Amino acid sequence: MRGSPGSMTVLRPRSAAEAVILCAKHPGCLPLAGGTDLMVLWNMGELNGRRILDLSGVAEWRAVRKTAAGLRVGALATHAELRDDAFVRREFPLLVQAAAAVGAAQIQNRGTLGGNIANASPAGDTFPALAVYEAQIRVVSAKGERVIPFSEFFAGVKKTNLAPGELVSEIEFPFPPSRPRRQLFRKVGTRAAMAISKTVAAGLLWLGPDHRVRELRFALGSMAPTVRRLRAVEEFARGKRLTTEVTAQACNLMSQDVCPIDDVRSTAEYRLRVSQNILAAFLLG
Amino acid sequence: MLQIGASLKRADAPQKLSGTAKYIDDYRLPGCLHGATLRTAIAYGRITKINFAPTFPWDECVVARAADIPGTNNVLFIEADQPLLTEDLVMHPMQAILIVGHPDRARAYEALKHIKVEYEEREPVLSIADSLAKKQLLRGEDNVFKRHLIEKGDLAQGFAQADRIVEGEYRVPHQEQAYIENHGIASWVEPDGTIVVHGSLQCPYYVHKALVKTFALPPERVRVINAVTGGAFGGKEDYPSVIAGHAALLALKSGRPVKLIYDRQEDMSATTKRHPAVVRHKTGVSKDGRLLAQDIEVVMDGGAFATCSGVVLSRGTLHATGAYECPNVRVRASVVATNTPPNGAFRGFGVPQTIFAAELQMEKIAAALSLDSLELRRRNAWRVGAVTATGQKLQESVGALKCLELCARRGHYLRKRQLYARWNSRKGNPTWRGIGIALCPHGAGFTGSGEVTLASRAAVALTKSGAVRILAASTDLGQGAITIFTQIAAQALGLPPGLIEVEVPDTALVPNSGPTVASRTTMVIGGLIERAAGQLKDALAQAGGRAPRTRAALKKAAAALCGGRQELRFEVAYEKPADITWDDSLYRGEAYGVFSYAAVAVDLEVDRLTYEVRVRRVTTAQDIGKAINPALAKGQIMGGTLQALGYALFERAEFQGGWMRNSQFTNYIIPSFADAPPMEVLLVEEPYSRGPHGAKGLGEMPMDVPAPAVVAAIHDATGFWFSEIPVLPENICGKFRNAEKTK
Repeated sequence: MRGSPGSMTVLRPRSAAEAVILCAKHPGCLPLAGGTDLMVLWNMGELNGRRILDLSGVAEWRAVRKTAAGLRVGALATHAELRDDAFVRREFPLLVQAAAAVGAAQIQNRGTLGGNIANASPAGDTFPALAVYEAQIRVVSAKGERVIPFSEFFAGVKKTNLAPGELVSEIEFPFPPSRPRRQLFRKVGTRAAMAISKTVAAGLLWLGPDHRVRELRFALGSMAPTVRRLRAVEEFARGKRLTTEVTAQACNLMSQDVCPIDDVRSTAEYRLRVSQNILAAFLLG
Repeated sequence: MLQIGASLKRADAPQKLSGTAKYIDDYRLPGCLHGATLRTAIAYGRITKINFAPTFPWDECVVARAADIPGTNNVLFIEADQPLLTEDLVMHPMQAILIVGHPDRARAYEALKHIKVEYEEREPVLSIADSLAKKQLLRGEDNVFKRHLIEKGDLAQGFAQADRIVEGEYRVPHQEQAYIENHGIASWVEPDGTIVVHGSLQCPYYVHKALVKTFALPPERVRVINAVTGGAFGGKEDYPSVIAGHAALLALKSGRPVKLIYDRQEDMSATTKRHPAVVRHKTGVSKDGRLLAQDIEVVMDGGAFATCSGVVLSRGTLHATGAYECPNVRVRASVVATNTPPNGAFRGFGVPQTIFAAELQMEKIAAALSLDSLELRRRNAWRVGAVTATGQKLQESVGALKCLELCARRGHYLRKRQLYARWNSRKGNPTWRGIGIALCPHGAGFTGSGEVTLASRAAVALTKSGAVRILAASTDLGQGAITIFTQIAAQALGLPPGLIEVEVPDTALVPNSGPTVASRTTMVIGGLIERAAGQLKDALAQAGGRAPRTRAALKKAAAALCGGRQELRFEVAYEKPADITWDDSLYRGEAYGVFSYAAVAVDLEVDRLTYEVRVRRVTTAQDIGKAINPALAKGQIMGGTLQALGYALFERAEFQGGWMRNSQFTNYIIPSFADAPPMEVLLVEEPYSRGPHGAKGLGEMPMDVPAPAVVAAIHDATGFWFSEIPVLPENICGKFRNAEKTK
């Protein structure tokens, strides 16, 4: 344990309004949501001397609500709450599967969706689901509120497009246009639980009455500095029947949107091949 | 009541489950300093300068350095080649240079950032191949710590008679012990000058021996106490001597108590691992599957210092043939030096390495003969009367075949082979399935004359107030030593277990029972306790006419028997059985008093999209002579099996430049409970006449045998052989890619 509690200041706002004021007043403070990432750094002594903004008292950011347009998830809702919510289970099953794939039960009990997003790991397990559901990230600061499309939220590895003083308050999920014909979530980790993804996929597929692709959404995590929608594959598949031939061609287009690397957890080659296998199986049904 | 064979609840379970058990970092030591270790940042070279940044308030710290060592600057183990603190020569990364003490733990670590060490770097030796090629001379004339040679029969003649000759090369990597509690030691100096060390350790008397030398003290001025220890698996056999030396040195220099507790990253990157090894086999066999000649070469990577490498190699060498009889054998083995942190003891102690090779070689031979490997094993497995490579004739307690047959039957080995062939031929199935089997022996107790040299002692004491106390230096590392000792003593005395206490292993209180290693605690120390308890029972019976059976009767008998004395102590020592002979120079004779045996069948599936392996079921039959406590025995077997599945499928210590780069559980992947398959454990009891109630060694064997069965099952599932572990999904993926390329 190299963390030095004595060297750290903890700010404890009791409301969202107070949180944004404190955040504006102390640029560079580190928001603490569930703490599942932060505590690792703390243990390593990397937060000594830092100012921590403990959001646990901000009750208004905890709610999971159904709206006319879809679902609104407070940034401080835990993965366990998402996983167990009946409405989410019915309408956004990929989000449930993704939340159930994060770490293990203990992490799901503590970790929050907002914290997961703001931490901006390339391997965030919920991100492919957020990408295919085309989530909107609501952020607030002392200056006001804005909405960032999920696809524009990340700037790179562990980097977001949040401006200084901005905090994630809510994540909005619009209802998909209709029930997808097929949907998929698949995490490939280093073991069955408590694992960081080697690749993580989410897919939604709508077919027309003629079995041609009306719309395909497919996203991959751990395959680039940030989560990626496979735009080239999605475009290519539109209007086509998913034959073996078309599927093979679609898989070949994967590299246009991802750039996997060799690292301590896996290899670029494995990541690409397995992602292609998963995509192919999804397209072929 | 019969205590032996009863699944008594573990004596230490309530405290551990409720969180009240005190591990070393749970103790409050008022006024203590926290130690942090400055470590080398290069693999090989010299330290030229150490600069303390003048901006840091060094007056808050106490710094212990090599110059402060009163005795000799080394950690005496088998050899004395490892400095306690390096002053000049750097032999591996993470070598300790000095210890900074500060009342605030985080500040102690902070202080390390304000010390800059300058080096003169040299090209390091980082692999077995480079060490053998003498890229640098690290040790002696050839970089070899130790060599062993076993010869039996006439190798050339054996090969000349063979119908087939099969060759194979197998590789195994480092493995981290991954005990749940990191290394930690507390130390202080008593007013009379006695150095006390209290901590997480396996072998109190090993630490004692090292400290006596480092601090140039008489033995009675060093006291080593075992705290509740959260697992060890061999990892706390030799390294605690290093940490204890550091902590005691800082305590001596500062005059204050000291805590030196490693975090996971430091623990994994600085302390010992299982030895990586390369094993080559050349085997001559007859058409009908009889082994005629085995020529085996073993090379292990010892790391930078000797630790117990020579002994690990010895055990690996003695198990290199597997549990098979062959008339003509040669085993040549060596362990070499590299500029990596020293490797050391780990459950199995050289056997998982050589058994991996021996069992996969059996698979290779079986394939060459178009025979199922089960049948090949049947034809060659040791039976009573078999003669091992060292010329040891196995007289009794040989359960190898029994384990093999039981495991094959209960694991449905042959039926599943057929079933899975059909499953795998169906294109739409999401997985490929396979089953593999393996067999191993495990010599119980110290190798060769080791037990004679150790001359272990243990005692049972009766206090005048009627307490019966077991005195032994064997530590309970989670394996259940306290419970087993209690059962053995209770049985011998005819007393309920609740009347028996086990003393804390503390060198001031207990005799030297030798180390808690080598699957020897139940078999050897349990045997001593049984004898000592028998002596106490005789004394009680003589004094009172008959042995007491209740607390009240015991109290009365104790008062009478002890007279004016505080306690009566019955201490016994190991006695060498007359008919066991061992020649250490020729490696001939009874390598072990007895062998235990294990067979395992691993049933698994490989995902067709992701190449991930999921173990569906493990069936294992293990001959341990007698299960003193069947629940604990099964628990040991399940735990060891899971650890071995990790070795086979997950665990890869990523070394670069002599450093372990993945020294946290995020990226050094051990199996989680979600990866643990259902296991069926079958206890086979072929009694050993010299073990207590027939018991033989058990602790390590479950680790020895699963890895080759996993590889055989992956072959059964995918058709690909792997000669190296871990078999990661990436490796399976690579085989498919290569197969496509050649198509």
